[in-house]
Amino acid sequence: MADSHVIECTGLSKQYGSRQALDGLDLHVPKGSIFGFLGRNGAGKTTTIKILLGMVSPTGGSGRVFGLPVDNPASSVDIRRRTGFVSEEKDLYDGMSVAQLIDFTARCYPRWRRDLQEQYVRSFELPLDAGVKTLSRGTRTKLALLLAFCRGAELLVLDEPTSGLDPVVADEVLQQLVGHVAREDTTIFFSSHQLAEIDQIADRIGIVHRGRMMLAGVLDDLRQDFRRVQAVFEHDAPALTSSAPGIVRVRRQGRVLSVTANGNVDAIVAEAHGLGAVAVDVTAMPLKDMFLEIVAGEN
Amino acid sequence: MLLRPNPASGVPIYLQLMEQVKHGVETGALKPGDQLPGIRPLAEELVVNPNTVAKAYRELEHEGVIELRQGAGAFVTASARPVRAEAMRAAQSILGAAIEKLRQRGVADDEIRRMFEAQLAAQPGTGAHRG
Repeated sequence: MADSHVIECTGLSKQYGSRQALDGLDLHVPKGSIFGFLGRNGAGKTTTIKILLGMVSPTGGSGRVFGLPVDNPASSVDIRRRTGFVSEEKDLYDGMSVAQLIDFTARCYPRWRRDLQEQYVRSFELPLDAGVKTLSRGTRTKLALLLAFCRGAELLVLDEPTSGLDPVVADEVLQQLVGHVAREDTTIFFSSHQLAEIDQIADRIGIVHRGRMMLAGVLDDLRQDFRRVQAVFEHDAPALTSSAPGIVRVRRQGRVLSVTANGNVDAIVAEAHGLGAVAVDVTAMPLKDMFLEIVAGEN
Repeated sequence: MLLRPNPASGVPIYLQLMEQVKHGVETGALKPGDQLPGIRPLAEELVVNPNTVAKAYRELEHEGVIELRQGAGAFVTASARPVRAEAMRAAQSILGAAIEKLRQRGVADDEIRRMFEAQLAAQPGTGAHRG
């Protein structure tokens, strides 16, 4: 498993004083995937990223990147060398010009890809002579991505890569991410609040809530299996008698029984008919609705 | 030729891509021997995950619609067209007649759509219906 998974965490926990930031998080990111990491503010996304990069130590569980333990100082250096990280703030040295910053960064990485650098300077239309601190948010993001792309990283960890970008620039960034994964042997792990973006380019997702992984899987499988079943009854809706695997949430309101399920929809529909439902509807759920159900179902 | 899939439709993206290719074959937009775009350029063009495009191509090959030739790309097979096109025409007329009847009885289109989904879920198929 360690060979095929770039990131493997089991039961990862992190306690800050009395606050449990992570509470037994499991995370498995296969090589070559674009993994969308979703969660509300404070759900544990940033803590997870910091642990992966060795910036904080977990208080429990185990985490490995490239098969190397994240809480060992020596292996953590190796992990960071092979990983490109773009923070939400897009921290860059403001005192330099774009060209100076690129040259400066290139000298730090022996595997720097001059060919990619030239390609991305062109496709991102980066103003080489401009001061980094004068750049717009979009251009700043593109520069941060270029620096991460060109260092020959096997893993890119992106924290909210498109936050604050206009839709045109955001789409351009997504296109470059997809292109980069397609051409280079890279895995992308990115957190975002932009569910539509994750929906578009991720092949796998994980939804974290209160420090635990609530739902993880192949996004196309979830699209196929996640359904809302709504059954209407003559009188007050009865309770479901079975507890079919895959049931995420059940609500009864008057004559209506709503069941959100991840798979096993056939069995639930059959049971609703068996209970005497007069009408049964099944609707597909976009990622946004899956997210809301998972997160709201816990409250 | 292929369009950007709609991720929010609830239909898996690889299935949407497969449908587009099959539709292309059925309408004659894609002819036997035609070459499809490579996985990487197509992923970039449509801004979808390359693994997802690869899965769609694998499934299309499995169904005999396309043929993957090592290093050369994906090609529409010679046998892709006839069987499927006829079956689809028949299916379209059955479905068309059913929809027409329902409309005549005053059932709205979005109700038809929901009932269709529910009915599909209520009548588990023989296995060929899942990708």
